[in-house]
Amino acid sequence: MTNENENHSKEDQPDRRQFIKGASCVIGAAIGAVPMAAGVRVALSPLADKEAAEGGAMIRLADLADLKPGVPKKFAIVADKSDKWTRYKDVPVGAVYLVKQKEGEENPVVAFNTVCPHLGCFVDYRKEKQDFFCPCHDSNFALDGKLKNGVSPRGMDTLDVELRNTTEVWVKFQRFKANSKNKIAIS
Amino acid sequence: MQRLKQLYDWLDNRTGFKEHLREVLFETVPGGARWRYVWGSTLTFTLMIQFITGIFLWMGYSASGQTSWESVYYIQEHMTGGHFLRGLHHWTAQVMTVLLVLHLMQVVIDGAYKAPREINFWFGIILLQLVLALSLTGYLLPWDQKGYWATKVATDIMGSTPIIGETMKQLVLGGADYGHHTLTRFFALHAGVLPLAVIGLTVGHIYLFRRHGLTPKKPLKKADEYFWPEQVLKDAVACLAVLVTILVLHFAFNGAHLDAPADPSSAYPARPDWYFLFLFQFLKYFPGHWEVLGAVVLPGIAMTLIFLMPIIGKSERGHQFNVGLLFGILAFAGILTFVAVKADRNNPTYIASKEQAAREAAIVKELAKGGIPPEGALALLQGPKLFAQHCASCHTHGDENGLGNPVEKPSAPDLKGFASREYLTELLHPERFGSAKFFGNTAHAKKSKMHDFLQDEFDGIDDDKDLRADMDLLIKAISAEAKLASQSKLDLEDHEAIQKGRELFDEIGCTDCHALGGWNADDYSAPDLTGYGSREWMLGIVDDPAHERFYGKKNDRMPAFGKDEKLTRRQMERIVDWLRGE
Ligand code: FES
Repeated sequence: MTNENENHSKEDQPDRRQFIKGASCVIGAAIGAVPMAAGVRVALSPLADKEAAEGGAMIRLADLADLKPGVPKKFAIVADKSDKWTRYKDVPVGAVYLVKQKEGEENPVVAFNTVCPHLGCFVDYRKEKQDFFCPCHDSNFALDGKLKNGVSPRGMDTLDVELRNTTEVWVKFQRFKANSKNKIAIS
Repeated sequence: MQRLKQLYDWLDNRTGFKEHLREVLFETVPGGARWRYVWGSTLTFTLMIQFITGIFLWMGYSASGQTSWESVYYIQEHMTGGHFLRGLHHWTAQVMTVLLVLHLMQVVIDGAYKAPREINFWFGIILLQLVLALSLTGYLLPWDQKGYWATKVATDIMGSTPIIGETMKQLVLGGADYGHHTLTRFFALHAGVLPLAVIGLTVGHIYLFRRHGLTPKKPLKKADEYFWPEQVLKDAVACLAVLVTILVLHFAFNGAHLDAPADPSSAYPARPDWYFLFLFQFLKYFPGHWEVLGAVVLPGIAMTLIFLMPIIGKSERGHQFNVGLLFGILAFAGILTFVAVKADRNNPTYIASKEQAAREAAIVKELAKGGIPPEGALALLQGPKLFAQHCASCHTHGDENGLGNPVEKPSAPDLKGFASREYLTELLHPERFGSAKFFGNTAHAKKSKMHDFLQDEFDGIDDDKDLRADMDLLIKAISAEAKLASQSKLDLEDHEAIQKGRELFDEIGCTDCHALGGWNADDYSAPDLTGYGSREWMLGIVDDPAHERFYGKKNDRMPAFGKDEKLTRRQMERIVDWLRGE
């Protein structure tokens, strides 16, 4: 068979050319897809992660005597925490304000998570104005946690408090979903 | 379809990409498409795999002394698809090395380096070296034993280069010693500098290749054809074959290997990856200060000759010399590799330390499942290592020394699962207490009070339900003292049973000898069981077993590791934490 013949014969085979084109494209796409898919799969694996479950346990934070009625005091929450491969022992995982109530109130102590229910900034206690104030988008809250004004969808998040042996203040530290009307615990 | 065409035209109108595409696709292939022209494309393909998989690995990798091994471990063992991704990256690197050699052979045999293609040949040779540099830097990044020791040897070779050696080594390591900056630097090279250089040179390489056209292999078999689609199909099929090879290797070898974390204190037979093995073997023939000759001078000469191939190959004789030289080098490297592999295969010490390394890798990966302390995974291995060194001359841990090796003549109790319910169930069985697994080889064996007590009170426990139930209560109570993390849930659930067990402990007379709460030296003659198996209790007994609270004068051969300063407090904690599964 001469070269011309072959060239000629090919031209007579549009099907064959079509097939080669198609096959090239299919194979090309397939071999490119393998490493890409392998990578994307790993990149998406965090979606299967569950929220870290370090919250939920009761933690002893203070003694009643440490608190003055009506004056919020900040306490760091120190707990074990795991981050991917690392397991930390006793590291700060958050903070709470404890506010001792006046005599005769139903709850002797109220606890607030310091995280702003709007978008998660750290809420300050302002002594001179006697309120809680979020420096990010200027939400402010009364000392009982109620929203005074601002963009936050709800008041500050209270935490369960237990008094043990009459003076020990124990708090159940939890986190809540940001920017939703309802208080939804996420840990 | 119409829409697509419109979009196509719209894009073309604004970018003119059609013309470029045409240029790329309708390049003439003199003599028609052939299989021998596929090597360049397969290399480009492997390069692409490496870029893609590399970037995704990057998302999970963290370069530092305490996180490199740990993050690679996490990618590999905990991220969905991580094992496959890393395997793909690893085995593509291996296959790429082979393809590089094949591509080089094809170019040299076909004389594709001759004028006017000299520059492109040089680009190719530099690319070859860049890819080898990528392999070398990538080898270290997991910071495991294999990578650490091999790189140490490689950088020490670099350091022995006259005059500039030390300076260069220090620059590469990012300091006088191996550490954080060694990893950050290697990583910057591996994922930044080298890939950028590779991209630049590859673009140049392909551009020049297109400018001069490919070097047709004479005689031409067919009429000229366009690159598209005949050659494209051949290239695609070749790439597919390459991919299949990579996948087969990945599955055959179960992905990429990850050794135990780098440990400067443990013996490990350093070997480079297989494609550098010939150089490693070569060095063995150059003792002392002759090493420079084998490590730098001779390989340098070989490289220079390869570099000069386009000039040497101007004449037909020169070309033949080039082909001969290349085959000579490859054959030589092949023989050296073979010798090196064979030597290792027949070296029992090498095999033994390889196996030990594999056992340690398995142990540390198992321990890492429970989380790795911030000091890094190496700390996890300290517990079993110290146990093997200091405790396993008498004690065993599940019949082994903690590192997967048998203990010659165990003479003290097995400590695996110490103080757990399962452990106590076996220990407190009248038939088992005096067995070799527990106190059989000690002074507390057959003739001790404890042994007699078990025989008297719990004989026939296997058939007597009531006895069994009593014993289970006792076990729950004693085991709860340990506050084992693995049992915390059970202990909480069973607090009533535990309380009953404590009462029973008193009723049946355990308290005649043992305390369970409120120990003092006058009332109790046997080891205090208050906090039995807890961290504090175990540290206490390791510190001084002959203390009155433990065995007192009855202590049988166990050294006072803390009191006699055989171990530091930190070391004892490591052992105890490991035994307690923390
Ligand atoms: S985060 Fe506090 S107001 Fe927006």
